[in-house]
Amino acid sequence: MAEPIAFTVNGRAVSVATHEETPLLDVLRNELKLFGTRFGCGLEQCGCCLVLIDGKPEKSCTRQLGTVAGRNVTTVEGLGTPEKPHVLQQAFLEEQAGQCGYCLSGILIAAKALLDRNPSPSRAEIAVALDDNLCRCGTHNRIMHAVAKAAARLRERAPA
Amino acid sequence: MTLPGMLADNPRLDRWVSFAAPGKVAISTGRVELGQGVLTSMVQIAAEELDIGVERIAIHSGDTDVTPNEGYTAGSQSMQFGGVAMRQACADARALFLERAAGLLACKPAELSVRDGNILRNGVPTAHDYWSLAPSVSLKTDATGTAARKPLSDYAIIGRDMARIDLPAKIFGQDAFIHDMVLDGMAHARVVRQPNRGATLVFVDEDAIRRAARGPISFVRDGNYLAVVGDNETAVEAAAAAAVDHAVWSDVEKPAPLQQEATWLLQQPSIDRVIGSPEPASVPRGRHIYEATYTRPHIAHASIGPSCGLALYRDGHLTVWTHCQGVYPLRGALARTLHLDPSVISVRHVQGPGCYGHNGADDAATDAAIIALRTSGRPVRVRWRRQEEFAYEPVSPAMVVKVRAQLDEENNPLDWTAEIWSGSHQGRPGAGALLLAASALPNPPPIPAPIEVPETAGGGATRNAEPLYDIPAKRIVHHLVPETPRRTSALRGLGAMPNIFALESFIDELAERAGKDPVEYRLQHISDPRARRVIERTAAIADWPPKEPPGTGRSKGFGFAQYKNRAAYAAVVVELEVEESVRLLHAWCAADAGLAVNPDAVKNQLEGGMIQSASWVLREQVRFDNETNGPLDWDSYPVLRFSEVPEINIELIDAGTDVPLGAGEATAGPTAAAIGNAVSRALGVRFRDLPLSRERIMAKLMEQ
Repeated sequence: MAEPIAFTVNGRAVSVATHEETPLLDVLRNELKLFGTRFGCGLEQCGCCLVLIDGKPEKSCTRQLGTVAGRNVTTVEGLGTPEKPHVLQQAFLEEQAGQCGYCLSGILIAAKALLDRNPSPSRAEIAVALDDNLCRCGTHNRIMHAVAKAAARLRERAPA
Repeated sequence: MTLPGMLADNPRLDRWVSFAAPGKVAISTGRVELGQGVLTSMVQIAAEELDIGVERIAIHSGDTDVTPNEGYTAGSQSMQFGGVAMRQACADARALFLERAAGLLACKPAELSVRDGNILRNGVPTAHDYWSLAPSVSLKTDATGTAARKPLSDYAIIGRDMARIDLPAKIFGQDAFIHDMVLDGMAHARVVRQPNRGATLVFVDEDAIRRAARGPISFVRDGNYLAVVGDNETAVEAAAAAAVDHAVWSDVEKPAPLQQEATWLLQQPSIDRVIGSPEPASVPRGRHIYEATYTRPHIAHASIGPSCGLALYRDGHLTVWTHCQGVYPLRGALARTLHLDPSVISVRHVQGPGCYGHNGADDAATDAAIIALRTSGRPVRVRWRRQEEFAYEPVSPAMVVKVRAQLDEENNPLDWTAEIWSGSHQGRPGAGALLLAASALPNPPPIPAPIEVPETAGGGATRNAEPLYDIPAKRIVHHLVPETPRRTSALRGLGAMPNIFALESFIDELAERAGKDPVEYRLQHISDPRARRVIERTAAIADWPPKEPPGTGRSKGFGFAQYKNRAAYAAVVVELEVEESVRLLHAWCAADAGLAVNPDAVKNQLEGGMIQSASWVLREQVRFDNETNGPLDWDSYPVLRFSEVPEINIELIDAGTDVPLGAGEATAGPTAAAIGNAVSRALGVRFRDLPLSRERIMAKLMEQ
């Protein structure tokens, strides 16, 4: 068996004894049973598998486990829960920003990364931040409106 | 009395609604959630007719052991046929309860009403409710369709926005999809696909594949069907990726580039028919002919997630989990393909990524079933690879649409012919077509004769080929091309998008010849009041007409249709700029979907259809290269991205009716036409071939 690789997922320390070249996405889904991060293409083209690694959005489908040793990974499950939704998730619910919803996990992660660095993004900036994420149902506008709404809420909450 | 919609085929009331648990109502629908929000609308309908709170309802859908057989969830028919069935079933059930309560209370049913499941007499609560009465009211009885449905004016739940019940799981990253299912002892599997029907597996370098897997795997082989199976998905995936290069096939045939353009169809044998009166042999005096030809290439469903299926074969019973659109038709096709009796197969729907029609879902479920039958007792999960989804899902057939009209001296159409060349839009297993794997298994069955969706079901290639405009003589000449370079089947709207693109472009061309504004010209030729209202309203919200003169690189375009000439009406205006490529600036749509059960969900569908259509029109074509079955990834099959999507305004017109009109596919055609008309006007030259890609636009401008 391979040496265990330790890292943090959604604030929880984990240690996984699997080959260091295993894609992080497989580890999240099959070892850690975190199914929120979706498989879309395995080619880093669609953004379904986006996670935050030390706060930066990264595709997890080809990302090797060994490269996240000691680092902080945040998945969509780490954003919020139905009881305590993240402001983005609340806005997505209010705007009904989804159709099939398969792309949403990655999009929420990309949006979180955007709002962390730009608290008042324009529509064009939101679009650019989400351009690596594909949505096939055509829910783009609702998603962009939800991100803008979440940003506005965060600004209201922030101390002046 | 005739039972509405699907109720006639599934009359037993307990198939639709039951009151087994105290305070709860279980409803059951053959319609499945595809991301369109159908389950939420069904809950609204049941709550409304039963007079109970929506939170009391649990909904079960798409399960051959439980739910009514409603065929496929397709064609924007869920509300128009499935919803009205649910509504009547609930009305009938409610009437049975009131009858029983009236007997117990020795009063007339008319004195009784229901409030959140409690029976009231003249507005005063009684000791009875649905659940106290349930043991003495049998729903094991056929619907009569005689119970009065709630009048439109009393609706309190239908017609109001309701948050989708399926969305929270998708927003909080829960196990929402079939891909997230885990069964005890489950094996993972991938298929090493037969490149084409007739290709023979000559040699498999099992050692090389095992080395690539770097974990234990085994092979399942039967004829030309080969799969890799193992406990560890990473190992199985690595093996499958490597197997592409370590399996040697003979008789491999790949589509050629010359087959990728729709005009290739014109040289192929076809099955021909005329719908309507024959075309007149001569042109009467005072009339002239105008003709134009429009094309659309093959396009892909290109679901954001690849298809997935699970299966378990245990104690002689096969259970299959699938995200396909029709569990009963798949059960029938599995029985035929696997030589099993349908009674030993259960097929259950689990949500998947949006499919927009017949994609790989049925075939992935079949793969799981085939492998499960050969790994008896162990559940099997098959998830297609992205490359596999692109290369092996059925595509929407390319189409050529030639429109020919006899015009009077003012360029008014008096006789209209739409001549269509297309592969079939009906490749569904439930209609008799082969499942993908059937051709790889030993003794492959013959390929059935090609069929097409009949006009009574809206037509396939002919869908929306007949304009709704008032034209004295209209006909369709249909050339069904049986042999196509790829397996073809249903994609959102079937032939509606290419046909509406063609006829609404043609109408714009006629308006131009007549020197009239395109909206004015349309209104001059359409009398249907609902159509007129949709056209007028869209023009109003879009501030029609465009300000810029033609040829200035910026314009608006108009498109209209009533989907299938009998579902929702929609008109679309798109504003755009073109230099070398098209930039969408804004879009507007007014639609009449009849009774919108969940208006917000209808708007979501209308807008989704517009954006998906914009992607088809501007970006999409399945291209061939002699080497592959077409594109294998998102680089070779680009779709519209966030920064390319315009703001959209949607307005639902309240038609004051309690009849829903299917809306999910209503905007794709009008959007395609609006973009085509806007591009043509913006550049001052007519574009009739899709996609309106940068290459296409540059080539056309060079011609000028």
